[in-house]
Amino acid sequence: MSSERLTLHHFAHARAGDKGDRLNLAVFVYQPDHYAWLLEQLTEERVATLFSHRGVTQVRRYPMPNLHGINLVLDDVLQGGVNGSLNLDGHGKTLSFMLLSMLVERPALTVTC
Amino acid sequence: MTVVIGCGAGFSGDRTDAAVPLVETLLTYDTPCALMFETLGERTLAAAQLRRIEDPQSGDEPLLEAFLSPVLGDCLSANITVLGNFGAANPEAAQRRVAALARTSRFPEVKLGVVSGDDVRDRLETLEWSAWEGERRELPSGSSVVAANVYLGAESLVEALQRQAQVVITGRVADPALALAPLCHHHNWALDDWDRLAAGALAGHLIECGAQVTGGYFADPAFKDVPDLAELGYPIVEVERSGRLVVTKPPGTGGMVTEQTVREQLLYEIHDPSVYITPDVVLDLTHVEIRQVGRDRVVVSGVRGRPRPETLKTTISFLDGFQGEAEISYAGPNALARARLAREILQQRLTKRCPPDLRSRFDLIGVSSVFDGDSEAWRGASAGAVDDVRLRLAVEHEQREVVELATQELLALYCCGPAGGGGVRRYHKPRLKTASYLVSREQVHPKVTIYQGDSIYE
Repeated sequence: MSSERLTLHHFAHARAGDKGDRLNLAVFVYQPDHYAWLLEQLTEERVATLFSHRGVTQVRRYPMPNLHGINLVLDDVLQGGVNGSLNLDGHGKTLSFMLLSMLVERPALTVTC
Repeated sequence: MTVVIGCGAGFSGDRTDAAVPLVETLLTYDTPCALMFETLGERTLAAAQLRRIEDPQSGDEPLLEAFLSPVLGDCLSANITVLGNFGAANPEAAQRRVAALARTSRFPEVKLGVVSGDDVRDRLETLEWSAWEGERRELPSGSSVVAANVYLGAESLVEALQRQAQVVITGRVADPALALAPLCHHHNWALDDWDRLAAGALAGHLIECGAQVTGGYFADPAFKDVPDLAELGYPIVEVERSGRLVVTKPPGTGGMVTEQTVREQLLYEIHDPSVYITPDVVLDLTHVEIRQVGRDRVVVSGVRGRPRPETLKTTISFLDGFQGEAEISYAGPNALARARLAREILQQRLTKRCPPDLRSRFDLIGVSSVFDGDSEAWRGASAGAVDDVRLRLAVEHEQREVVELATQELLALYCCGPAGGGGVRRYHKPRLKTASYLVSREQVHPKVTIYQGDSIYE
């Protein structure tokens, strides 16, 4: 198997949503047969590591095989949320692309051009 | 029978011409239709309440005429029900404005349903509260509270429709209720038919952010291309009595409805997908199937419903200190070094001049900002040639003077900072924060008033 590392962005798309200081990141693979691979790559631990500099206190992962995706719920990552944050993006709307910047192992059976 | 709902706005700042092609399309259906506008974000209502405190006649959606006037006459002519939470902090003010608009559209006899009872600001001390989800915050003190509103369900909106309202004006309601209400009304769904209610609430959830399900907030060039974003079609959902639903959009408009756009919106702002709580029903999304059945036509099926919760979410907004922002730009040779020097100077000045409880953060825009934490622990793009860097200071403190003193230190960089700084901007504002709690259903008393034009009808 190749050990080449690419960003998750090549294989998945994502959208962020916020309520209070809780962020959800819904992430979906483009190719349904990458779903098992996504589950391997996107563990709660790896997501927590990626957002550790934001003070995340908990990551919960909800696999959604019916959608070929995962819903990730991150607590306290918004540093006060849309109300209390000093960040330009208090909603955390841009953070879907921070998730997609994660380096991943290339899926074993990918057919790419 | 199918009931068709269009959504003409997904937030208060949305495009105001989006409803026109929606209504043109709704006019082609030979079946009951409704048009909803969702214009009330978490803090929008608090901002509206602040406006009402200054002017008791205001506090409703400022863009109400801009959203409604292009389509209200056509909707009233064709029996297309209009529902909107553009009442915000003052549904009666919105009712007067809609009545005036209807008069100019030659519908002076229009029946308007106003839903109130969501505003519990005067009952904060007497209601019994419990914590919402993970939040642990103490109830804010009375004097700082700007707004306190319960998320009402579809029940009162259904009542307004049963009492012949042609336009339903609300303050805070759960966003999906704006679609669920006309579905319950026309399909005669019982308010404990949980699977049907779940399908109706899901229909509302999918369209309540407007174009976010039709290709808006989706484009990523070369990865996810979306045609004609400048002319995005806003969503239409066709819902059968069984609960089967199709998401689509007006023909000839930009954007697209695909399995991908629908699934991104399906989980938008969702936490546990097996327990999506609305005031009307608890949805289980874990068995939802999404299937493309035609161009810009996607079927969503398999949602399951469980009994509605006994508690209702209430969001309280309160004033808490002041926020200041200030920015300055450095460009050209050695720009990043000069911006970093400016930041260092500012840090020293704030330490010397401001109290230690001043919260602050610095961004080097063009280098690192939105991904980073307040402590700048990340600085993902620390290397590389950068030739246009904007240093941003953001501060928070309970006293306005402290905040102004801090941002003035950035302004002073004009003369005291590194070479070539320019383009300073400063902003100050009171901080409006929100916290959410739960209140038991029986403590909340929604009320429906039907007006005919400007007068109370019944």
